[in-house]
Amino acid sequence: METEGRLTRLASCAGCGAKVGAGTLVRLLEGFQTRGDPRLIVGYDRSDDACVYQINEHTALVQTTDFFPPIVDDPYLFGQIAAANALSDVYAMGGEPRLALNILCLTDQMDQKTVQEILRGGYAKAYEAGAVIAGGHTIQGAEPIYGLAVTGFVHPDRVLTNAAARPGDALILTKPLGVGILTTAAKADLVEQPVLERLYAQMAALNKTARDIMVRYPVHSCTDVTGFALLGHSYEMAQGSGCSIHLEAAKIPYHPEAYELAEMGFIPAGAYRNREYAGAEVKVGPAVTRALEDICYDPQTSGGLLMALPEGAAEDCLARLRETIPQAAVVGRVTERQAAAIYLD
Amino acid sequence: MEKLDARGLSCPEPVIMIRKAMLSGGTGYEMTVDNTASKENVTRYAQHEGYTVTVAEKDGEYTLTMTK
Repeated sequence: METEGRLTRLASCAGCGAKVGAGTLVRLLEGFQTRGDPRLIVGYDRSDDACVYQINEHTALVQTTDFFPPIVDDPYLFGQIAAANALSDVYAMGGEPRLALNILCLTDQMDQKTVQEILRGGYAKAYEAGAVIAGGHTIQGAEPIYGLAVTGFVHPDRVLTNAAARPGDALILTKPLGVGILTTAAKADLVEQPVLERLYAQMAALNKTARDIMVRYPVHSCTDVTGFALLGHSYEMAQGSGCSIHLEAAKIPYHPEAYELAEMGFIPAGAYRNREYAGAEVKVGPAVTRALEDICYDPQTSGGLLMALPEGAAEDCLARLRETIPQAAVVGRVTERQAAAIYLD
Repeated sequence: MEKLDARGLSCPEPVIMIRKAMLSGGTGYEMTVDNTASKENVTRYAQHEGYTVTVAEKDGEYTLTMTK
């Protein structure tokens, strides 16, 4: 049996756009009782990328899971992107992924070749990351899903949470924005193939290189920019750190094609959920256009790392990053807490 | 005034629907959508194409009137 039609047509929403809104999550989990453990360094009570559990004085486990419906039609590419996205949460904590499990949901329309290609894409990325996929779990469902549960390691003293940015830090972002807008417009065949190729390569790229460079610098705080967009994830960093974040619109890297497509209304529903979640705490300056604001609320699939480090170290770190990641940019800075959590000017 | 029903559709389908309709070069459209993302996105598209948009809400449904 052959897979019928385009893989993305089997899904109701794409990639990290499928993520339940942060506001909805907060409401759903309100009052939910959990048990602590002194060895749990980062846990359920924090809006972080992964949990961290200390094993001994030298080693802590980093655990995370991430999965979503197809964001591209090529199953091998979908596997690569889903795996790169899942592995990224370990990198965002400053860790190194070592072991992973497949999470797979199949529909009746998918043939054996499609399934094998998805898994092959996942294995390729795990291998590139230095991790091994040791098993997994597969169910039958209404739409395809693929992702990983990932275990990594980090030194307990070098855990990078999203809640430790300090006033005086600069913020570096390592991948350009606009993924959600472009993949939404691609469904209307409004994105040229070379642009899509660029986008696919970006989504399949591991945040490993960025992480490996980052850990050589005095980085205070890190997260990866995914479903909650630059503004949602910055908001969580600002709230968790008790600081304010000032983003400079002119410095934020994005795919230029996303700008007009945002003006044309090819904006994923997730962007509106992100606006609902963080909008009240985001103060937007008069010079920022609506389209650029939309790009900053746009959910990213397998987005880049957002790291906070002392301004004095940022320039050197950025130069090192740019040797292999030319799109990396300083996008803002951290200040003492002011009236709003985020300022976008 | 051409009437279009985009209820039950999620983004970007309503935008694709209004785009197809507008490519024929009409001057007036009325579209019903049932979620805020579609309301916003269709409004953006119509304005980008030079239409004036008015929105009426009733029972969680939005009727967008687009003219030029």
